[in-house]
Amino acid sequence: MTGTVAERAAADPVIEFRGIGLTYPGPPPVAALRPCDLTVERGEFVAVVGPSGSGKSTFLNIAGLLDTPTSGMYLLDGVDTGTLRDADRTALRGLRIGFVFQTFHLLPQRSTLENVKLALVYSGFPRRERTARAREALEQVGLGHRIEALPTRLSGGERQRVAIARALVTQPSLLLCDEPTGNLDTANADSVLALLEELHADGMTVLVITHDPLVAARARRTVTIRDGVLSVSDTEMSEVAR
Amino acid sequence: MRRVRRTGCIKPSVFAWRDVLSESLAGMLQRPGRSALTALGTVLGVGTFVAVLGLTATTSSQIDTRFNALSATEVTVEDIAHEQDEFAGLAFPADADARIERLNGVEHAGVYWPVRLAPGELVRSSAIAGSDGAQNSIDVVAASPGVFAAAGTRLAEGRVYDAYASELAAPVAVIGAGVADRLGITTLETHPAIFIGSQPFTVTGVVADTDRKADLLLSVVVPRTTAERIWGRPEAGGGKMLITTSLGAAPQIAEEAATALRPDHPEYFKAVPPPDPKTLRGQVGDDLNQLFLLLAAICLVIGAVGIANTTLVAVLERTGEIGLRRALGARGRHITVQFLAESGALGALGGLVGTSLGVLTVVIVAMFRNWTPVIHPVTAAAAPAIGLATGVIAGLYPAWRAARIQPAEALRR
Ligand SMILES: Nc1ncnc2c1ncn2[C@@H]1O[C@H](COP(=O)(O)OP(=O)(O)OP(=O)(O)O)[C@@H](O)[C@H]1O
Ligand SMILES: [Mg+2]
Repeated sequence: MTGTVAERAAADPVIEFRGIGLTYPGPPPVAALRPCDLTVERGEFVAVVGPSGSGKSTFLNIAGLLDTPTSGMYLLDGVDTGTLRDADRTALRGLRIGFVFQTFHLLPQRSTLENVKLALVYSGFPRRERTARAREALEQVGLGHRIEALPTRLSGGERQRVAIARALVTQPSLLLCDEPTGNLDTANADSVLALLEELHADGMTVLVITHDPLVAARARRTVTIRDGVLSVSDTEMSEVAR
Repeated sequence: MRRVRRTGCIKPSVFAWRDVLSESLAGMLQRPGRSALTALGTVLGVGTFVAVLGLTATTSSQIDTRFNALSATEVTVEDIAHEQDEFAGLAFPADADARIERLNGVEHAGVYWPVRLAPGELVRSSAIAGSDGAQNSIDVVAASPGVFAAAGTRLAEGRVYDAYASELAAPVAVIGAGVADRLGITTLETHPAIFIGSQPFTVTGVVADTDRKADLLLSVVVPRTTAERIWGRPEAGGGKMLITTSLGAAPQIAEEAATALRPDHPEYFKAVPPPDPKTLRGQVGDDLNQLFLLLAAICLVIGAVGIANTTLVAVLERTGEIGLRRALGARGRHITVQFLAESGALGALGGLVGTSLGVLTVVIVAMFRNWTPVIHPVTAAAAPAIGLATGVIAGLYPAWRAARIQPAEALRR
């Protein structure tokens, strides 16, 4: 169960939604996500698009175990998350899922290295190994030379790369990015996207919410959400068709 | 349909104590100015607490040593015969010293009174009036030989007069060092004489210092018998007796003295025992300290409110951080523990600084009074713990609030 990424790869899809839906109780009740089915296989790069308020973040929060669906069954790495106790859902979230947010959520007074190490605190990594692993993750995102810098001294793109390093350092099964380039200019957005593609090429499963059609075009598959209704289109197929 | 896996072995999230400690320290040090201000109330509360208890301990021990050394072993017997009988005269018998010294626990005893001189009678160093200027501010004291021992006199030169000289009512005098200076007496080898009025007295000794009755240093002391012979009895109520006792005997002696002096008229005397050090200390504790301890408690409450307020603000400010930590695998209780640890660290810091300031206050006050500073170890050990407890209690509500924040909600910020 807690095996390496390679072991997990041999088995189930990373995400499997069976009739997953979420209605905020209100009043008035808001059907933020209508019941839907979706399977994301290991190593996929999926873009999630849709207008503002359509339910993209809701979908991502369910996938990231930050929110509980009001209907359906969600299997993460083959584990039925609906039957889990809250503590187990939390542990699974910390170990299997890496989050990247539009607003970075870096602690401003802590160095780059410490921000990345924070991801290792709750999963019980031995203190001795944390620095080495965080350094490794920062090198992976191309920031090996800025480990002592404070986030406030970094460019937006660099900050987002630190956040990605923090998401990667626990070696999760799944990288969930909610508009990772929303706060970045084109050049920085490009570097972040290039990094995400690189990670995808190395076998990471990546889900990216985006408003940017260019980003969506780079993904193999696109999930479109409109008024809480989820539909899947295969970019590769459409590209081939073109 | 795919098989659904069992979920028995997910490694639970943890928040190791060392991580709790370093996270809370980091949280505190990130905003040093705010932390310092927040801890101020606790600093004042704990500081007052330590200072009050320390000063109490210091003064009580001071009272103790003083009482042991002098006051606790001293009884004064006053002649109140004139209140009973106008014509009673001097109530102390001639053998008063011997009668009292016979009592168990008495070390020394002696009778004394100020001699009332006629307006023209002055203390001089020569018979011829005016040759060296009249010394009109020198007092003459009549005293039985026991007074010197009871007062703990130490002589610069010569001897005090003995019982024999006293019995003979000899014209001898013991003078204080101050008097010797003023009369120009530098040595006793020439057997200098002084005159009180027209009466010559041989100076037998010069008093350098005393433990009690420091007025002897500025007086001419003559035997009570001689004084009675020349100037008659003291004025009503002027006669007194100084008794020194062994430790603890004073209250007993105070009760027995009157009867021992005059079995026929014990009511002629009023014996004054030393004040009870316990009641004295109790008074100190009752009056001031309770007020100050109340102040300390108020400071602590204010400190707690300050910490609670700051922590609550921090929780609201750091909602995003809370969401992030939850996303990274922190459970609600880990968030609680972190904020409790931060407020506890603030309280403990305030407690430590307050303890130091309190101790410093006690030491400085004691230094200026020439006292030995005394602080009970329990006080010093409990004070930082009180600060810690204040911080933790203050953090309870904010930490509870922090744990209830929904992660998805928090991350939307
Ligand atoms: N806690 C909540 N209670 C009630 N309604 C909610 C809650 N959170 C979100 N909603 C509603 O659910 C719908 C979907 O919200 P969601 O945040 O998923 O949109 P989104 O697609 O991420 O939008 P954006 O692109 O602006 O981020 C919105 O109409 C929103 O108002
Ligand atoms: Mg959103």
